[in-house]
This record gives sequence, C-alpha cells and structure tokens, in this order.
Amino acid sequence: MMSIALTLTPEEIVGPSPMQMLRKRVFGHRGLMFGSVVLIVVFLLALFAPLLATHDPFAQDLTARMRPPVFLGGSWDHILGTDQLGRDFLSRLLYGARISLTIGFVTAIISGVIGTTMGVAAGYFGGRTDTIVTFLITTRLAMPVVLVALAVVAIFGGSLQVVILVLGFLLWDRFAVVMRAATRQIVSREYVTAARAIGCSVPRIVLSEILPNVANSLIIVVTLEMAHAILLEAALSFLGLGVQPPTPSWGLMVSEGKQMMLFNPWMITIPGIALFALVLAINLLGDGLRDVTAPENRN
Amino acid sequence: MAEPLLSVRDLTVDIPLSSGTLHAVRGIGFDLPRGETLCIVGESGSGKSMTALAVMDLLGGGMKRHASRLVFDGEDLLTASPRTMRHLRGERMAMIFQEPMTSLNPAYTIGDQLTEALFLHRRVSKQEAQARALELLEKVGITAAASRLRQYPHQLSGGLRQRVMIAMALMCEPDLIIADEPTTALDVTIQAQILRLLVDLQRELGMAMILITHDLGVVSRVADHVAVMYAGELVEYGSATEVFNTPAHPYTRGLLRCIPIPGRNERGARLGSIPGIVPSLIGNVRGCSYRTRCEFAGSACADAIPERYIETNHAYRCVHEGGGARQTAGIAL
Repeated sequence: MMSIALTLTPEEIVGPSPMQMLRKRVFGHRGLMFGSVVLIVVFLLALFAPLLATHDPFAQDLTARMRPPVFLGGSWDHILGTDQLGRDFLSRLLYGARISLTIGFVTAIISGVIGTTMGVAAGYFGGRTDTIVTFLITTRLAMPVVLVALAVVAIFGGSLQVVILVLGFLLWDRFAVVMRAATRQIVSREYVTAARAIGCSVPRIVLSEILPNVANSLIIVVTLEMAHAILLEAALSFLGLGVQPPTPSWGLMVSEGKQMMLFNPWMITIPGIALFALVLAINLLGDGLRDVTAPENRN
Repeated sequence: MAEPLLSVRDLTVDIPLSSGTLHAVRGIGFDLPRGETLCIVGESGSGKSMTALAVMDLLGGGMKRHASRLVFDGEDLLTASPRTMRHLRGERMAMIFQEPMTSLNPAYTIGDQLTEALFLHRRVSKQEAQARALELLEKVGITAAASRLRQYPHQLSGGLRQRVMIAMALMCEPDLIIADEPTTALDVTIQAQILRLLVDLQRELGMAMILITHDLGVVSRVADHVAVMYAGELVEYGSATEVFNTPAHPYTRGLLRCIPIPGRNERGARLGSIPGIVPSLIGNVRGCSYRTRCEFAGSACADAIPERYIETNHAYRCVHEGGGARQTAGIAL
C-alpha cells in the first residue's frame, strides 16, 4: 500500500528561487547583456585611462600632425592617429570617456534628485502641490534645452562644472513626469493606507512604501537621461559652448575634426562611433532593465 | 455605565466635488463599549467605509470630517495632533482592509511588514519582534509560519494574506480593531474561516471591534450591536437581537427580506428585493433619503425625520411610528 503525502510544506516545494529566476531573465536578455558589457568596458577604460593611454592627451607634437590610424596605414606609435595639433587620438579618446561618463552620472543624479522629489511630492500630496509641480513641468517642457544651455554657458563661460549644472537643472522633467504618475498609482493602493493605519509618518511612507515600488521606473529614466546628457554635452561642445579645449571631450573632438572631415574623415568617425556605442549601450541597458523588472515578464 | 471605548456623535464626512459637495456620512453617532462588537451594515456607497476611515482619521485628501464628539478611550480625536493620531493608530486602534491582494506591500517580506508596527510603537529587538510575528502567524492559523516570514506577498493566497493582515493588526494588541469588509474579496469557505478566526481572536484578546459588512448572515452571528446605514445616515441602531427580531425601519426590514433562509423560503420562490437605487448625496439632502424606495413613503417624508426610540438602546429614523406597518414577527436568523 502506497501512501502519498498530499500536504506539502513550503520547504518541500522546490523551484527556482526569485534570485535564480532574476538571473535567468538578466542573462537571457541580449540587449541588456550587450549594453552592460559595453558600459562596463567603457567604464573600465575611463577608470584606467592613465595606465592605458600611450601618450599624454594634452601633449602636442606639431611634427606629427594628423597621422592616420593603424588601419589606414599609420604607425603603431599612434594607434588611432593624431589630431591637427599632433595629440594622440587614442589617449584623448580614453580621457574623453571620463568626461562623458562623469557628465552622464552627475547630471542624472542632480536631475534625478530634483525630478523625483517633485514628482513624488506631486503624486503623494496631489491638490495644490500637484498643480504647482505640473505647472513647473509644463514650463520646463516649453523651454528648448539646447537654447537655454547655450545662453547660460554663453553668460557663465563653458566649463565641465557649468555644463553639468546646467544639464542637471534642465533634465529633471522626465523624472518628474514619470515619478508623478508612478507615485499616484502606488498611493491609491491599500497598503499605503494600511501603512498609515499602523501609524507610519509621511516621510516614512514615502521612503519605505512608495520609493521601493517606483524604483524600477526610476532606474530606467536614469539610464535614458544619462544617454541624453552625454549627447547634449557632445552637442554643446561641438557648438563650442560646452567643455572648452584642450579638455578631451568627444563632442569637442568631433568639432575639431570637422574642418578636416573631407580629407581625414576618421577624425570625426572615431569619436562619433565612441559616442554612438556608449549612448546605444546605455539605452539598451535601460530597455533591458525595464524588460527584466516589468511584472508582466515574471513567470 | 462605564465609559465607552469609542464614542461618536454627529459624525459627518463631506467630499468636495466639482459638481457640489457629496455628503458621504451625515450625522451618525454610536457608542462602542470595550470588548463588544458593532456591525455596520448597508449597501455599497452608504458611507460605511467612510465612517471607519473618519474614526481613524485616514480620510484622503480634500475630504472633511466634522463631529460634535469623537472620543476614543478618553482621548479626544477631534483635537488630537497628527502625532498623537500616529501613536494611536497601529498601537491602540488597528484596521483590516477589504482587499488582501493590495493591502500588503509587494516590495517587502511578510516578516518585515508584520514587525513594522512593532518597531514604530515599541522599543523591541529584532529577535523579539520576529518572535511576536511568529507567535501571531501561528495564532491566525498559518502553518510553517517561520518560512512564511521570509516570503513575499505574491507567494501567498488571498486567504493567507488576509490572515497576515489580521496578524498585522494584532501586533500591538490594540483595544479597537476596525475590519472593513474583511471577507468580501475571499471565497465563501475561506470567508467563514476568516470570520470565525477574527471573532475568536476578538473575544480571546478582549478587543472591541467594528465590523463593516453587507452580509447580514455574518452580522447575526457576531454582532452585539448593529448599525444600519443608508445613504450616509444611520437609519436604525440597536442591539443585534432587537434589530433582527423587531426591525423598525422599512429599510432594515427590506434588507432582512433579501436573505434566503433554508426551510423558510420556498424553493423557486422569489427572494425579497428593494427596488430603486440609492439617491445622489450631492448638494443639500433633506428629508428621509429612503423615501424614493419606501413602500410607506408619503408627503411627510420630505421633511426632517425624527429619531424614534423603541427602547433606550434601539433607535430608528422614520416619520411613521413603528416604521410604517408594524411587522408582527421579525426574522430570526
């Protein structure tokens, strides 16, 4: 006679743990993997730029100007050639990665803090707070970012700090919009009322009930805004109102190369490709994170 | 008579809308002695939940609460600071919500959520809090409680989540527990279990309970007092036996006719129903709000309605003595 145990305790039910399932989703997502690998590589290159760079990125050598890269018949001394002042292109590219990543991270943090605060406040309190925040968002959306940034940089002069601050104070709109909508959705859930019913204070509810539940939307906006900031910095630098020479910025390198683009097209293609790859990687990472954390993909 | 745990007089809740003010709760009052159960019954939109939220001061933005008296255990809730209210909520008065599926935060484990109230109100170590959570999970009949503490809400069924919600409300041993339709979202077999559990715990721990429901079968089994709400008003209030045996208000009688009783209702015979819908409560509401659906309605019903007493503890609101035709025998459930 066989007896079959029909009651299972939770310990007996063996299945993939939440962490295992998450790991499977992360590693099964090609875009996410590609994006994060590229981003990690760029990050490491930027971090170890002083060790990897073959030359001083600021050292000019007027006897060796506009040497072509190796694959266009150049020498191994300057792997990616030299620019019109004879500075090593590879070294400048490596140091430029630092600028781009710094701008991306710091801008995303500044605008993220501003936008998230505004959005969560609007979504949580509603009423007058919401009206004010919505008005600020509309006002901000009515201002062309590039024009405002150009004006501010023209007044205060271009430098890395100014560009970061300007972009940080201009790019919070998407954070505010997304966080407001996400918060509104969470506030109407009963567990928020339940938290109030057990005596939680407002700051506690916002920090421990709402933020963890809007965090996945937040991460995605962070990546999008990072890419946005990096592109804007390149655009501003290209227009001559961003980071000032001789700082090695990718946008500036494209700008400096544009006079030579008919004869030496690689001078704009190389920094262009670097920018493209970084922005693409960050966007793929953001898309991937959304796919992986979205509830509908959990099964 | 001892001071009641909760005393409410002339409680109103107004919700400002673009089309006018919605009078969701209109001047209700009751006393709840320690350790007793008050059931608030009424159909959807009659202001039951609003009453509960108003007592806890949990009304959402824009809603306004007024009362001439709102005293909880000697503490005047009308003048209490937000800080005092925070200390009362969770520690002295707790609430169980209708929707177990959305009442737990998906981002935290059951254990974290259970111990939160304890950490907010008491100075306890992590071990003590865990032990208390474990004890209560076992008390509410959850097997393998230790492993449940580490689980997330989505790994639990509706019935289990409602048990967790009950355990959560009991963490600080409150004096008053407000259960807002705690079984509505559950299936029938689980409903009975949860209700039994709630009532057993309430008696065991000597808590007072306000049970909001529209299930009169439930009311007849657990209530000490019954408050029947219609369109934001208390239309009848009394001890459970009196309200069920001698329902005075036409609406209460209508409600009682809607319940099937095996053996008394004939097979295939139609159950009672109350035709019509609840009137709009926007703007000024005068007279008896039930008159549009009442079989005894007359011109006098449009005027102010007196409160009548059958006995000291059984009141109803109707122009007709005895609420129209006096029912010879009530329905004993």
